[in-house]
Amino acid sequence: MPFKVDELPEAPYSFQLVVNKTGSWRNFRPVIDYNRCIRCMICWKFCPDLSIQIVPDETHKLKIKPVIDYEHCKGCGICANECPVKCIEMVREE
Amino acid sequence: MIPEKIAGIPSVEYMHPGHYACKGCGAALSMRYALKAIGKKAVAVIPACCWSIIQAPFPFRDLDINIVNVAFEVTAAVVSGLVEGFEYQGKKDVVVFGWAGDGGTVDIGIQTLSGAVERNHNMLYIMYDNEAYENTGIQRSSATPIGAWTTTTPVGKTKMWKKEPKKNIVEILVAHNIPYAATATVAYPEDMIRKIQKALTIKGPKFIHVLSPCQPGWRYPPEKMIEVSRLAVQTKAFPLYEVEYGKYRITVKPRSFLPIVEYFKIQGRFKHLLAEEEMIKYIQEYVDRQWELLLKKEEFTKSL
Amino acid sequence: MRKVITGNYAAAYGAMLSRPAVVAAYPITPQTTIVELLAKFKAEGIADYKYIPVESEMAAISACMGAELSGVRAYTATSAHGLLLMHEMLHWVAGQRIPLVMNVANRALAPPWSVWADHQDAIAQRDTGWMQIFAENNQEVLDSVIMGYKIAESHDILLPMIINMDAFILTHTLEVVDIPDQEMVDEFLPSFDLPHKIDLDNPRQYGTLAFPNQYMEFRYKMAQAMERAKSKIKEVAEEFKKKFGRYHGDLLDIYRIDGADVVLITMGALSSMGKEAVDILREQGYNVGLIRLRTFRPFPTEDLRKYLKDVAVIGTIDRSYSFGYGGALFNEVKAALYGHSDVIVKDYIVGIGGRDISTETMIKIFKNAIEIKKEGKLDREIEWIDLNI
Repeated sequence: MPFKVDELPEAPYSFQLVVNKTGSWRNFRPVIDYNRCIRCMICWKFCPDLSIQIVPDETHKLKIKPVIDYEHCKGCGICANECPVKCIEMVREE
Repeated sequence: MIPEKIAGIPSVEYMHPGHYACKGCGAALSMRYALKAIGKKAVAVIPACCWSIIQAPFPFRDLDINIVNVAFEVTAAVVSGLVEGFEYQGKKDVVVFGWAGDGGTVDIGIQTLSGAVERNHNMLYIMYDNEAYENTGIQRSSATPIGAWTTTTPVGKTKMWKKEPKKNIVEILVAHNIPYAATATVAYPEDMIRKIQKALTIKGPKFIHVLSPCQPGWRYPPEKMIEVSRLAVQTKAFPLYEVEYGKYRITVKPRSFLPIVEYFKIQGRFKHLLAEEEMIKYIQEYVDRQWELLLKKEEFTKSL
Repeated sequence: MRKVITGNYAAAYGAMLSRPAVVAAYPITPQTTIVELLAKFKAEGIADYKYIPVESEMAAISACMGAELSGVRAYTATSAHGLLLMHEMLHWVAGQRIPLVMNVANRALAPPWSVWADHQDAIAQRDTGWMQIFAENNQEVLDSVIMGYKIAESHDILLPMIINMDAFILTHTLEVVDIPDQEMVDEFLPSFDLPHKIDLDNPRQYGTLAFPNQYMEFRYKMAQAMERAKSKIKEVAEEFKKKFGRYHGDLLDIYRIDGADVVLITMGALSSMGKEAVDILREQGYNVGLIRLRTFRPFPTEDLRKYLKDVAVIGTIDRSYSFGYGGALFNEVKAALYGHSDVIVKDYIVGIGGRDISTETMIKIFKNAIEIKKEGKLDREIEWIDLNI
């Protein structure tokens, strides 16, 4: 990038999966307290940036937990705002 | 093993993090939900709008489906061509859908949308409505609600906020005899996904109007995006309903409503209205009447 | 099969024989009988394309772009204001490298309203990246549509093409046309195969934003493709001649320029009048000739330089005017010859708004050019012919 004339497809179209560490946009980062998290996954449900992953978790009876993808999380705070048990804290980035 | 459904919606994702939307973007979340209903065998036709940027620049892509970027006003016309082309080739299971903002649909794009719907193509069209030309910096569109501040309806000394009510595209399309049209919003993803899934079982043109809050345009703290979307429904500013062959059905009926002023309090684009008692009264009456009209339509078409 | 048909019908036959899968139709005088005949073909079961009666020309070209990206051949036709309305999407189709072929009935632009022949509509699309061919007669219209798809869809070209035909003079005038057999056309024109058509298993984003560090390369590729089109048009014209026994010229249609020191350069149907004038004047002993510019885009720079090398005076016959400095042919021919020859070039503006051009008009123009050769200098650079002044 940028590609040379002969390296480009003849017609203009994109083809590579996006690589963009939008985590650098953050001012605040969400931190989940897993002791209080009830695994409702509402945070995952409402994340516009697909920055919450569902990860297997044997320590909980529902077997899954939400994990923040800090490489991409933009720190919008929706997860913290919607969490029914308020177990997500928005912590200021250094 | 990740279950197929989590928190009431499909767990599969066809979109990737690292896209270029603002943090907390309603339009990004709308696409995320839409793709869960539409699946991978799809082509989105996207005109000039926020999603022209959200999709990531060359050489990158953000979605697991094809996107055809097109000029501002032609979304539905290009969808028509794609649909007929795929049908000619006997490719029956591909979903071609228009994915456009409010400006590109109700203003500059309304001609091609009307034409495509009239011709009864087997197409889906989803308008993600952030209630202004947000991509170019918050200019008003005919979908901007009455009373709102935008850069082209600034308030100023002469109170130049938007005076016209929101153009109702769903009703316009119902008048076209569209087989299916519905409203949805991101705070009710189960409702939105169910509506898109339902639309995909119907042959002919289908339209979904998705209210997608925009933090820079509507001026609320980014973490409140889902709250704003929820309040739109709870204050009657944006009722959730569907119309199937002329039969109306309200799909979310809050047990009790909140006064419209609650919708104004949370958004900076309405803050000038908080001092305007006459306007608040006028708009409250307006949304009450629209709700009543909707209830009557539901009752009236029940026997269809 | 030989039939007496109009230029519009010839275009419709050319399109039908090319087996499009999608035809987008919007009516505009004087193209209406094209879309009407195409509807009739479908209604009678002669053709099986999807016929989309769109709600505007903008929708017509957009639907064609969608169809081609889905992987099938498409066709549409328009004229004058319809072409203008399509302008934004013309850039889009060319930029997205969609090999669409479209007939344009060249008609004057309003205001004042006019339905008569004039090239301004096509000239106004010079910069869009579309190839443009101007037909002289109805046979050429039909043949050029078929050749057009073959040229446009070549994997090393992938640019759309407009086949121009003069309003009423070609569109509504009956001429004898040889309509080729479908089998022969099928042997000549391969089935549609767009390299970058939509692949449902291989997601792409077509037309995604490109930053300043990358946009220019895509445009350069278009420019290169347009250059390659010059030899491709020649190649396909040769192939067509071999297969169907007909040849209309390739980039140029050269008429009796051997030894000519005065040559007129023309486009479109009025070239026939010019050729008649050449015959009459040659009888009278004048050394005159005519070059019909068949391909306006790509502009045949090298060929013009070659054939006009030893000519003393060139008259460019413009059925259009680029407000600023003369007609399109005048500007482009002069630019092509600059630094390559001392030839005098004069611009003759004719037939604007459908004003009639007869053989007498052309003889008058030739005589004026011959005078200029005698004098050795121009009387004026640009002259509007038969103007009521």
